[in-house]
Amino acid sequence: MADLGLQNKVVVGELALRKSGKASFATTSFKEAYEMDFNLNEDQLMIQEMVHKFAEKELAPRAAHYDKTMEFPWENVKKLAGLNLMGITVPPEYGGAGLDSLSYCIAIEEISRACASTGVITAVQNSLAEFPLYKFGNEDHKKKYLPLLASGEKIGAYALTEPNSGSDAAGMETTAVAHEDHYILNGVKTFITNSIAAEIFLLYATVNKSLGHKGICCFIIEKNFPGFKVGKKEEMMGVRASGTCQLILENCRVPKENILGAEGDGFKIAMTTLDVGRMGIAAQAVGIAQACMDQSIKYAKERKQFNQPISSFQLVQAMLVEMAVKIDAARLLLYRAAKLRDEGAKFVKESSMAKWFSSETAMECAIKAVQIHGGYGYTTEYPVERLMRDAKVTQIYEGTSEIQKLVIARNLLG
Amino acid sequence: MKIIVCIKQVPDTEAQIKINSDGSGIVAEGIKWVLNPYDEFAVEEAIRVKERLKEGEVTVITLGSQQAKEALRACLAMGADKAVHLADEAFTGADSGATALILSLAIKNMEYDIILCGKQAVDGDMAQVGSSLAEFLDMPFVSNITKLEISADKKSAKVQRETEGASEIIESTLPAVFSAQKGLNEPRYASLMGIMQAKKKEIKEIKAQDLGIEKETVKQMSKMHLLKFSPPTQRPPGRMIQGEPRDTAIELVKLLHEEAKVI
Ligand SMILES: Cc1cc2nc3c(=O)[nH]c(=O)nc-3n(C[C@H](O)[C@H](O)[C@H](O)COP(=O)(O)OP(=O)(O)OC[C@H]3O[C@@H](n4cnc5c(N)ncnc54)[C@H](O)[C@@H]3O)c2cc1C
Ligand SMILES: Cc1cc2nc3c(=O)[nH]c(=O)nc-3n(C[C@H](O)[C@H](O)[C@H](O)COP(=O)(O)OP(=O)(O)OC[C@H]3O[C@@H](n4cnc5c(N)ncnc54)[C@H](O)[C@@H]3O)c2cc1C
Repeated sequence: MADLGLQNKVVVGELALRKSGKASFATTSFKEAYEMDFNLNEDQLMIQEMVHKFAEKELAPRAAHYDKTMEFPWENVKKLAGLNLMGITVPPEYGGAGLDSLSYCIAIEEISRACASTGVITAVQNSLAEFPLYKFGNEDHKKKYLPLLASGEKIGAYALTEPNSGSDAAGMETTAVAHEDHYILNGVKTFITNSIAAEIFLLYATVNKSLGHKGICCFIIEKNFPGFKVGKKEEMMGVRASGTCQLILENCRVPKENILGAEGDGFKIAMTTLDVGRMGIAAQAVGIAQACMDQSIKYAKERKQFNQPISSFQLVQAMLVEMAVKIDAARLLLYRAAKLRDEGAKFVKESSMAKWFSSETAMECAIKAVQIHGGYGYTTEYPVERLMRDAKVTQIYEGTSEIQKLVIARNLLG
Repeated sequence: MKIIVCIKQVPDTEAQIKINSDGSGIVAEGIKWVLNPYDEFAVEEAIRVKERLKEGEVTVITLGSQQAKEALRACLAMGADKAVHLADEAFTGADSGATALILSLAIKNMEYDIILCGKQAVDGDMAQVGSSLAEFLDMPFVSNITKLEISADKKSAKVQRETEGASEIIESTLPAVFSAQKGLNEPRYASLMGIMQAKKKEIKEIKAQDLGIEKETVKQMSKMHLLKFSPPTQRPPGRMIQGEPRDTAIELVKLLHEEAKVI
């Protein structure tokens, strides 16, 4: 028998991007044109294939269960940890895999395509907890906390938002008062992803509210610090398994050495973290959007009305086409932002562009997916109603769509 | 303990196979290539043996096109230590026997205690390379194993295979060739670290001339020649039985009994 393997030399993956060569984007001016290599390298392709297969076999079958029960998906987290997915970009000397941002985005995209809750849990661990510790922590911080987080042994969280301070993060009310070798913290944080399971929190408080953003500090808080309490779990529309709770600080004692950076660095740390974190949410959104399209294509080919599959109707095709084109555009915006960051170039505007467009796309695709599923799409029998609920949050957290526009406008107008 | 695992890259089991216009092969376009699923069990078992014994070396070997390196790399990412790639245009068209013979020539120059392979490759489904390889190497062969235990002195192995109504437990001296069946283990996913480390591991290329083989020799080695591929006959469409439930049930039972002869 002829060896089939010898006769064929072409791989065509699902990602059309793989084979296209170079292209350039023009934005506002000629000077801002980018050269971009669309090809994923060999590692990135292997990572994509591995995470895709893993997520489809191990995460997808339990996504509806976790959504319904709101249980924190410990089983998923343990499996992700075993594959180093809880410490993707942390360098190996601190226990991570030391990969680039693009690999990170690909991984979050594939995880979220199967289970959006698990996607945000992983994104928060990697980019909201580990990244700022690595970027702003001193050697003691890094040695003490990074290996625990990167190995997935402990879960991390990022606590910025408060009941009266969301988009206006600098308006926070949680206070920190220096006292001997400690800071004493008082206040409430809200909507903190992972907090049901987390043991390490990067939490923001102000030493002097009249200083505005210049008074904000970032503290590394361990769950068992006196005066620290995890409050009620939010009953949410989507990403229901992400363990999102309130945090309550009542004279919480934080050792002075647990400040990240210097007093007053907190706001910069929070914003720099979000610049990076946004790519994780964009990746989550692309993953959700892709799942909407996968489900819709499958359903449209199976479902028959008027004696033919509904995929034969041009009005249904139009919905699929709009999904496909926008998903590709969103993914390209995201990969461009990640590549810019990997090359050490400026990426803040591009990261916001990717986040805004991907999350709008996810929501649009989810609405279309439910539409294509007709009445069945409105029930829990099919996953698209969950995808629609999960998609919505990508337009809200890590900066709402409106806030992304403000960031982009600021960059455009200088 | 030195373990060699023979692997093959095959079209993904979910790929839609289309035959090319002259029937000489399949259309490569649109096909995703993967590590043969049964070989995945073999590689996993080899790595587990090494982990259990806390010593050893796992070498994967394939005969295939340049693209087959992807499959070798996938094995290295899972945890295999080394890879050998028999890559030469001269090997094109080798039948199962010739493939096994070429593999045996390469393996003769290597060290081994156990040789593992999948029970069959899911593209050609010939299930011949393992047994032929054992023959060329003059070694015992047990097919379709679902369990593998190495003796304390590492001179023999106990393997299990499932047959109709019973499990066979077989003891064999080592070295030996075993082919892996589903059930042997649950293959792991390559970790990110595994993927990164795979890049640093050696893939040794062996050419025909390194084994003293010429293109003509491969032709002579192959006793079988593929004449052509033809598409499988179309399955007849399903038949709908219409009518009242009572009548359709009677009709169905009749058809199952008389036509399909399944009851
Ligand atoms: C599921 C979930 C998980 C979350 N996880 C975390 C977490 O882990 N850590 C954390 O710190 N926070 C987290 N958040 C909080 C999240 O970041 C905030 O909800 C978000 O920043 C918006 O803040 P807000 O909810 O207070 O809305 P608001 O800021 O009150 O915004 C309400 C509306 O007003 C608009 N708006 C506000 N300001 C402007 C303006 N200047 N111009 C135009 N429009 C404006 C907004 O776009 C929005 O539409 C999470 C939220 C959710 C829902
Ligand atoms: C909450 C709820 C309550 C309901 N209550 C009732 C009720 O009380 N009584 C009742 O009888 N029914 C009821 N329905 C059923 C409802 O009327 C149907 O769901 C609706 O008619 C769509 O049919 P379908 O779900 O079978 O979708 P399908 O007809 O399968 O449609 C699937 C998709 O294909 C599109 N499509 C279908 N045909 C074409 C075409 N020719 N050209 C272009 N696009 C096409 C549709 O627009 C849709 O996007 C209810 C449904 C829901 C969700």
